[in-house]
Amino acid sequence: MHARTDTSEQQTAAWPEEIYAVLQRYDVRQVPYVPDAGHSKLIERVLGSDTMRGIPLTTEEEGVALVAGAWAGGQRCALLMQSSGVGNCINMFSLIPLFRLPFFTIVTMRGEWGEFNHWQVPMGSTTQAVFELSGIRVMRAHHAGEVREVVEAGAAQAYNACTPTAVLLSQRLIGAKVFVK
Amino acid sequence: MSQTNLLDRRAVVATMLRDRKGIVAVGGLGASTNDMAAAGDHDRNLYLWGAMGGAVMMGLGLALAQPDVPVVVITGDGEMLMGIGSLATVGMQKPGNLSIVVLDNERYGETGGQTSHTSVAADLVGVAKACGIADSQAITTMADVEGLVPKLHELKSGPRFANIKIDGANVERILPMRDGTFIVNRIRGSLGFPPL
Repeated sequence: MHARTDTSEQQTAAWPEEIYAVLQRYDVRQVPYVPDAGHSKLIERVLGSDTMRGIPLTTEEEGVALVAGAWAGGQRCALLMQSSGVGNCINMFSLIPLFRLPFFTIVTMRGEWGEFNHWQVPMGSTTQAVFELSGIRVMRAHHAGEVREVVEAGAAQAYNACTPTAVLLSQRLIGAKVFVK
Repeated sequence: MSQTNLLDRRAVVATMLRDRKGIVAVGGLGASTNDMAAAGDHDRNLYLWGAMGGAVMMGLGLALAQPDVPVVVITGDGEMLMGIGSLATVGMQKPGNLSIVVLDNERYGETGGQTSHTSVAADLVGVAKACGIADSQAITTMADVEGLVPKLHELKSGPRFANIKIDGANVERILPMRDGTFIVNRIRGSLGFPPL
């Protein structure tokens, strides 16, 4: 286990910038999100972007509906959330097959690697199954060095092949949140 | 909050969509989407048969993607209540070309007419205002509906919110098409996007 702190490697990791570059290459224009510490660098990057619009949500299911509206209007989205938010989306996921949406989401995982807060464990344990039951393909990056490659493959599958895809970023690569020293 | 002289939902929607020009209209799950069909099918109608609570967010995604196209969400009080947080999301993004119109009969008409929160307590206009949608109004007359119509075409002055008190009568069911992929691709086509 390694902890996530202000001086951890997450602060200097290259993968948030690599994800941003992939999203830019696929002409993603709207990036709905519910904040998560694991996504914070990427969110900052999106909010400072000239081509992407970061859109804070009050709950993750809003993001699925936003993806549908943006697609009807000709724009691609990428939804950023953490594992607990996936459960909030379930009924709204119906829109993905019904509208044949090029759905792409990047999920930071909790409750699976050195977790302190066991309230994160139930949803973290079922995140992958929830996606798969909802007809969304799941890919996973376990280590920082493979994030770019996995996100690139997932984005290609989602946007080119119109195959709904979730990329899970393992808690191991993000680092567990520190509650007590 | 209940009152007499409530408006007829079909007349309200027909008035809003008369001479609609480029408007994209999103119809929330339930009678609202049927009202849009009753006003006449259109290739820029997004009919929803599910996804309760999602109508405003679909309108937001559309409005941000197409800033030169007016987008009007027409939904009911129950559907709006389920997506109430989306008013805060709209209030933060402030798309000038988005209008949200709630047809408020203070009940869940599709499931037997059970009373909704707006019948006794919830003030949707107050919520919308408090979420940062400054142009939020309560409408109780057809004259006010007529006054709203030109604003629905404006691209810079939104977002706006209108809560229209309608009567609870069950009207004839006029069902829109329900093939979601066709409906969305028809809108995309009307905006100039070719099929994949």
